[in-house]
Amino acid sequence: MAELIGLRFAQTHEWVKTEGETATVGITEYAQSQLGDVIYLELPAVGQQLDAGGRLGVIESVKAASDLYSPVGGEVTEANAELKDHPEYVNQDPYGKGWIIKLRAVKDNPKLLDQKAYDAFVEGQSH
Amino acid sequence: MVVTAARTPLYEEHVRLGAQMTNFGGWVMPLQYSTIREEHRAVREAVGLFDLSHMGELRIGDETLVQRVVSRDVTRLRPGRIQYALLCNDAGGIIDDVLVYVMPDSSYLLVVNAGNQDGDFEWIKAQAQGDGAVSNVGRDWALVGVQGPRAVGLVQRLTRSELGDVKYYAFVEGAVANVPCVISRTGYTGEDGFELFCGNADSVRLWRALLEEGRSDGIRPAGLGARDTLRLEAGMRLYGNDMDADTNPLEAGLDWTLNLDKNFVGRDAIIQARQQALARQLVGFKMLDRSIPRHGYRVVSDGEEVGTVTSGNVSFTLGYNIGMAYVPPAMAQPGTRLGVDVRGTAAPAEVVPLPFYKRPHPK
Repeated sequence: MAELIGLRFAQTHEWVKTEGETATVGITEYAQSQLGDVIYLELPAVGQQLDAGGRLGVIESVKAASDLYSPVGGEVTEANAELKDHPEYVNQDPYGKGWIIKLRAVKDNPKLLDQKAYDAFVEGQSH
Repeated sequence: MVVTAARTPLYEEHVRLGAQMTNFGGWVMPLQYSTIREEHRAVREAVGLFDLSHMGELRIGDETLVQRVVSRDVTRLRPGRIQYALLCNDAGGIIDDVLVYVMPDSSYLLVVNAGNQDGDFEWIKAQAQGDGAVSNVGRDWALVGVQGPRAVGLVQRLTRSELGDVKYYAFVEGAVANVPCVISRTGYTGEDGFELFCGNADSVRLWRALLEEGRSDGIRPAGLGARDTLRLEAGMRLYGNDMDADTNPLEAGLDWTLNLDKNFVGRDAIIQARQQALARQLVGFKMLDRSIPRHGYRVVSDGEEVGTVTSGNVSFTLGYNIGMAYVPPAMAQPGTRLGVDVRGTAAPAEVVPLPFYKRPHPK
C-alpha cells in the first residue's frame, strides 16, 4: 500500500509519519479492526509535551476504552478536530483522514518498527 | 481441562459472511459482520437477522413446578402466550430472567440466558426434587431473530400463518420458508419482529431464506454488538450486567414481573424487602458531555461514591451516550444530576426515564 510508505509503527499499534521536525500519529488498520466502531477520542491539548511511548489519550469503541501511546516524543501542535463529529474516520481511513495528532520538535524513538517488522509482529499476536 | 466454546448450527454461515466472532456465555457467536453502527441502524430502520441459538430452552410439563420457580402467575396465561418472568433464589436475588411460553399441549417452555442454561436446569431439577420433570432442549434447537420495522412483512412473505393475528408476546406454530418453526413475536431490540425456533438441522435453510428474501428490505445480519446497543436503548436489562443473584427484582425495577399473591421461590424474601426502604434502584441516565459510561464505573455526587454503572454506551439512535446505574432512591428521580467517574473525572449525567428509545407507533 503506497499510503504506508515512510510510516513506522509501535508495538502498541500506533503509526507515525515523520517529516523533518513534525510528525503525524494515528492507529493502524489492525488496531482499528480490533477496536471496532470508534465512538470517542480523548486527545491532548495543543502545546502538551508527550514522551515517546507515553500516554497520548484514550480511544473508545462500542466495545471498550483503550489507551493510546505516542510513538515519538514531541509537542502537540494539532489534534484532528474532524474526529469529534466523525470518530468513524479512524475506522474508515486510519492512515488518512483518521489521523489523530500532529507533533513538532520530534524526539525520535529507535524502538519503532518498519512495516515489515510490524506486520510480522501482528501476525505473531493473532496466533 | 480445556473448555471449548460451543458452536451454533449457523457457525459456518457466520464465517462465510465474514463475521468477527467472540465468546459469549460459553458459545462462539458473531460480534459483528460489518460495523455495529450499520447493523444497529439496519434494525432500527429496516430489518436485522440474528443468530440467537445460544439461548437456552428448558421444557417443563408440570404447571405446579413452573409456578414454583417463576415470579409470575403462569396460570393466567393461555396456550400461545408468552410472559417475561424471573427465577429467584431464597433470598429474593435474581438467578435469571426468562420468557415463559405456554405450548399448545399446555406444557411450558422457558427460554433462558445462554450462560445460565445449565445452572437454571440443575436448579429447577432441585426444586422439582427429582429428575425428568424438566428437560434441557436448548442444544436441539436453533433460534433466529428477525427484528426491525420490516421484519413482520418479511416473515409474512415466507409463511402461510396469518401474522397479524400473532400479538406481541404471543406465538404460533407454523412454517417459515417451509421450515417448521415456533413463530414468536418477541425480541430484545425495542423493535417489532419475530424470534423463530427451529430444529438445528433446518436452521441454515431458514437463515439463508430470510437473507435472500430480505434483500429487498435491506436486511443485514446483526451480531451481539448491535444486540447490546439495541437492547440498552430499549432499556432492557442484561443479566449479569444490570442484575445478578445479589440484586432483588425491586431494585432492578422489575416489580411488574412479580405476582406476590402466589407462592414461588424467593417470594417471602421479596415481600420482606418490600416492607423496607430500598437501598438502591436501577435508573437510566444520559451523559451531558461526550464521555462514555461503562459497566463498573462509579457514580459520584459531591465527590462521594453513590452508585455503580451497570451498562453504558453510545446511543446511535439518539446521538448521545446513555447508561443504567444503581443509585440511592433519593437520586432516582428523572432530572437528578449525577457524576460518572470516567478515568478520575466526574463526567456530568442526568437521570432520565426508561426506556431511552421507544419505537414509533405504526401509522
